[in-house]
Formats: sequence, C-alpha cells, structure tokens
Amino acid sequence: MNLFQSLNKEFESRIRLGIMSILMVNEWVEFKEMKETLDITDGNLASHIAALEKNDYIEVKKEFVGKKPKTSYRATKTGRKAFNLHLNALEKLINRK
Amino acid sequence: MINFVIQSTFIMNNKHQDDIEHIRSMMERSSRFISLSGMSGVIAGIVALIAALFSYYLIKNNGGAYFGNKPVNLPASLLTKLIVTCVATLLIAIFFGVYFTIQKSKRNHQKIWNSLSKRLVVNLFIPLVAGGIFCIALFYQGHLGLIAPVMLIFYGLALMNASKYTFNDVEYLGYCELILGLISLFLVGYGLIFWAIGFGVLHIVYGIMMQKKYH
Repeated sequence: MNLFQSLNKEFESRIRLGIMSILMVNEWVEFKEMKETLDITDGNLASHIAALEKNDYIEVKKEFVGKKPKTSYRATKTGRKAFNLHLNALEKLINRK
Repeated sequence: MINFVIQSTFIMNNKHQDDIEHIRSMMERSSRFISLSGMSGVIAGIVALIAALFSYYLIKNNGGAYFGNKPVNLPASLLTKLIVTCVATLLIAIFFGVYFTIQKSKRNHQKIWNSLSKRLVVNLFIPLVAGGIFCIALFYQGHLGLIAPVMLIFYGLALMNASKYTFNDVEYLGYCELILGLISLFLVGYGLIFWAIGFGVLHIVYGIMMQKKYH
C-alpha cells in the first residue's frame, strides 16, 4: 500500500491535528481552554470540531455550571485509533530513506 | 522530472516533520505548565540565603549557639523574630515567583491561571501543607532541630508530585531536596546549613540551569 494513502485526510488541517493532540493527552477538555491552547477564534474551532464529531472521532458533553453552559470534548476510541494510525504513517514517511 | 519529484518529496517531508512538531508542541502545551521561570528560582534562592544568614546572626547575637548536637533553649522573643523571618522569606519568594511566572506566561502566550497551573498548584500544595502542619507540630512538641530536615523532605516530595504538570527538571530538584533532607535528619543541629543549601544554593543552581535551557 502506498504510504501516502495511510495518511488520514481528516487530519490534514493543522487545527484538527492540534485538537486531536490535545485530546490524546487530556480527558475532557473545555471549549474555551481548547481555544486558548490553539490560539484560534470560536468559529474556526467550532467548524473543525463539527467535522471531527461527524467522523465520530470526538464526543461532546454539554452541562451547566450554575447558569453557564459548558461544553467539553473527549477523543473516542475510533478517534484515538485513527490518530495513532496517522501518527505512525507520518513517522514512517519521515524515516523512510 | 526527477528533480521535481525529489523536490516535492523534500517539501512533503518537511510538512510531515512540521506536523509531528506541531503534535508534540500541542500535547506539551496542553498537559504541562511551561511558564515557570528560572528567574524565580534564582530570586527564591538568594532570598533564602539572606534569610538563613540573618537567622544565624539573630541566634548568635542572642547568645545561642546554633550549631551542635545539644538541644537548644531559645528565648520566646527570639523565636518570634525567627518565625517572622520565616514567614517574610516565604512571602517574598512567592511574590517574585508569581511575578516572573506572569512575565514568562505572557511571552509564552499561555494563560497564567488555567487548568494546568491549577493542577500544578494543587499537586504542589497538598504535600507542602501536610509538611507545614507537621513542622508546626514539631515546633509545639519542642523538636526544633527536626524542622529544617522535615521542611526539605516535604518540599522535595511536593516538587516530585508537581513535576508531572511542568518541566521534568522539577522532579530532579525534588530528589535533591529529599536526599538533602534525609541526610540532615541524622545531623540535627546543622539544620540551618542544610536548609541554606536546599532552599538557597539548589534553587539558584536550578534557576540558572532552567534559564539557560528554556529561555
């Protein structure tokens, strides 16, 4: 199989890569926190999150803290697997020579 | 044609390398508080050395001989002065620590009070508060000679506990403090010297190393 084919198209964007990286090393991460770590706008983050959610790579939890809504995200099993495969493919691409 | 293929492979390779770099940095940024400043270590060390020297003269001028294995009876007025020195040292060290950390977090574009720094503070303070209470108990029971070793031991454990949420180097500082504290347990009466090494010299060495490594 061509090595390039094993790269996941969903992770081509830096932001999606960033979101998944953060969720690989943290359990539940809040929207605001994610935004600050990635240093991007609300809208930008929301659209990438929607894409990852559609692929079932992340799951969403909405709750209320007092009167404020709080949205947090976590990587699903599928998401973790896909990210690891992508990471392995990246490593192979860099190391082959 | 071949040239083009080689070139585009090279560019792709670079992109992949950058991707990996980005993944690493995001994992790091989201799991470790990287804005601890080396400078705060240096300042804390200097403040601790001044405090140790000041305490030494306080004791000496009040007719007490600090060094030696004999139990010492310190007059109440001297004890008050020593406690005030202790608290003042702590406050000054914390003040500069927070100040330099704020400066550095601005440069790193990392929020100073986020879930990471919260986890860091909680993990640092649980062993530290336990140690503090332990020291107060020792003080009331009259085991003054054990206070410095116990401070070093609990501080070392606190650093090791907190290091999961910041630079790994903090863990090594923790080991050094712990070992120093354990040694000084057996050399009661020389606590002030060990205290000055642990909180003074080690902090300065650590601070300079961090400043060189991450600045």
